[in-house]
Amino acid sequence: MKRNRVTECNEWFLERFPLTKLWNEHMAHYYAPKNFNFWYFFGSLALLVLVNQILTGIFLTMNYKPDAKLAFDSVEYIMRDVNWGWLIRYMHSTGSSAFFIVVYLHMFRGLLYGSFKHPRELVWIFGMLLFVALMAEAFMGYLLPWGQMSYWGAQVIISLFSAIPVIGDDLSLWLRGDYVVSDATLNRFFAFHVIAVPLALVMLVFLHIVALHEVGSNNPDGIEIKDSKDPWGHPVDGIPFHPYYTVKDLVGVGVFMLFFATVIFYIPEMGGYFLEPANFIPADPMKTPEHIAPVWYFTPFYAILRAIPDKFAGVIGMGGAIVVLFLLPWLDRSPVKSIRYRGGIYKKALMLFVISFIALGYLGTQPATPTATIVARFFTAIYFGFFLLMPLYTRWEKTKPVPKRLTSVHSLEEQLPALIEEITQIKQGSTEIGHPAFKSSFFAIRPNPKGIKNLISRLAKNVKGSLD
Amino acid sequence: MNNEGVDQSKRQFLTTALTVVGAVGTGYLAVPFLAQMQPSAKAMAAGAPVEVDISKMEPGQLIRVAWRGKPVWILNRTPQVLETLQTLDNELRDPLSMESIQPESSKNPARSIKPEVFVAVGLCTHLGCSPTFRPEIAPNDLGEKWKGGFFCPCHGSWFDLAGRVYRGVPAPTNLEIPPYRYITDTQLIIGEDPEEENA
Repeated sequence: MKRNRVTECNEWFLERFPLTKLWNEHMAHYYAPKNFNFWYFFGSLALLVLVNQILTGIFLTMNYKPDAKLAFDSVEYIMRDVNWGWLIRYMHSTGSSAFFIVVYLHMFRGLLYGSFKHPRELVWIFGMLLFVALMAEAFMGYLLPWGQMSYWGAQVIISLFSAIPVIGDDLSLWLRGDYVVSDATLNRFFAFHVIAVPLALVMLVFLHIVALHEVGSNNPDGIEIKDSKDPWGHPVDGIPFHPYYTVKDLVGVGVFMLFFATVIFYIPEMGGYFLEPANFIPADPMKTPEHIAPVWYFTPFYAILRAIPDKFAGVIGMGGAIVVLFLLPWLDRSPVKSIRYRGGIYKKALMLFVISFIALGYLGTQPATPTATIVARFFTAIYFGFFLLMPLYTRWEKTKPVPKRLTSVHSLEEQLPALIEEITQIKQGSTEIGHPAFKSSFFAIRPNPKGIKNLISRLAKNVKGSLD
Repeated sequence: MNNEGVDQSKRQFLTTALTVVGAVGTGYLAVPFLAQMQPSAKAMAAGAPVEVDISKMEPGQLIRVAWRGKPVWILNRTPQVLETLQTLDNELRDPLSMESIQPESSKNPARSIKPEVFVAVGLCTHLGCSPTFRPEIAPNDLGEKWKGGFFCPCHGSWFDLAGRVYRGVPAPTNLEIPPYRYITDTQLIIGEDPEEENA
């Protein structure tokens, strides 16, 4: 009798809401390529961090005061007097850096395997809009603690808009709501940070996923799994997202949380990269700190801004560095998606791009000395060269033939003999030391350095091989 | 649906007309929301002039006062500094302040009413950081060419001690000079034009 009630309730619900249909369409019967690797963790991790930011953010607003006179003290109050306030605040501040780490890796995955190419252009565009919204969210959130870096960072970024000819000055005045960054600015940034941009983020995530599930996921081979289907209409190289990838992503979540917790509990300021030292001084509109730099995730773009010795051109360069990413699906003319089947030029170009992005990121954290400026100009040229020369070099390069089906992934059992051989190689040749203290089993299996060196060089070759 | 005997052009006209009216209405509705982000009446009124006593300033000293929430510098320039200023024209982007913002009374090479007293808004014309005051000549970090001036730590812009911008730095124009006038020989009022005295 009781069982029947439950079933009845279920039926009542399902007649009114397509829960089973939604679940099947997007989880249980959503077929994803079976060869997802390490790089495919970061999409679900980004979603996890978004949830973390929203939850911790809700609790932070309960004690934060968006008022120029009270804001700095209210953050200190959260850190010192609110029960567990420090944890929630560190989860939020570390979360913002973690968000950019996973998003940058997620975007790099797109560059590796051509996930932005036909038919996934819209997935990429929605993703880029998400990235822009995320930058806006992070920037406005950084003003809220009302420290020195908050204040002068906001002053600089809002002044960027004043470089636009004709309307620039009025636009930046409108954004600030005052002649300088002030209480009015703080209040509106709070509104945007807490309501407007998070809503936009959630909607864009929805669009990103709807677009993705329409065309299906790309994979490390860059092959459309929908092209070869079994008699039941399922892709032969696909596996249902649930349970296969939900379980895989759970492992990723576990590993991610290990790192995340380590940072929160042991190095929440990350040596001044996640929370900058100058931001522990209350905002002073009379004095700019000796050295100001944005948080690490903005520094590549900031270095580009600084590298160009002209106000308007600098702002164009900085904006262009982001706009050019939107155009990526149309800049890349290669018929091949994945880096595995591309020619050497793209691999080298991508490597140069990664180096220049990291170098610009580093230079953005450093003071603007003349030498640093010249180096930044060099890397800015490489950054733009990667994108703007892409229509040429991707057309020229010789691609390898792309297989029809996904390349096989070795199972653990197949890899076992090689693994055993490696372990024995590492162990052999360890010298015995006579002292009793060295008789413990720990030292008995001391690895030999030569074996480790061999292993590492083989690993490097494998990594290179997997990219070829 | 039966579309027979329907006047399609009439239907099209009504649809278009309704869309246009709706768009205009939405546009009007957006105005108050966008306009409320402009500076409020209170913020506009907060720009009252500031009086500064400069009788106790020593040669070479810089003081900062707040005007409209912005830092305003008052610098007492020594004769040596004024001499150096005359030698810099070739390295400056706008030595005669043709494209920069200043009241008419300060539109001269020293950019001030009295050459020895320099008044300027202490915000870089690039992206609004407050440059640091570096009066020393050729310090290690800035190099041989530094003749004393203001250095913006944010993006490395150089200004001389008349707030004039050097070539090859991101800042486009010289530092802004606020309207100011002398009440007495040692009393300044910042935020009022010299012309207003007569008015």
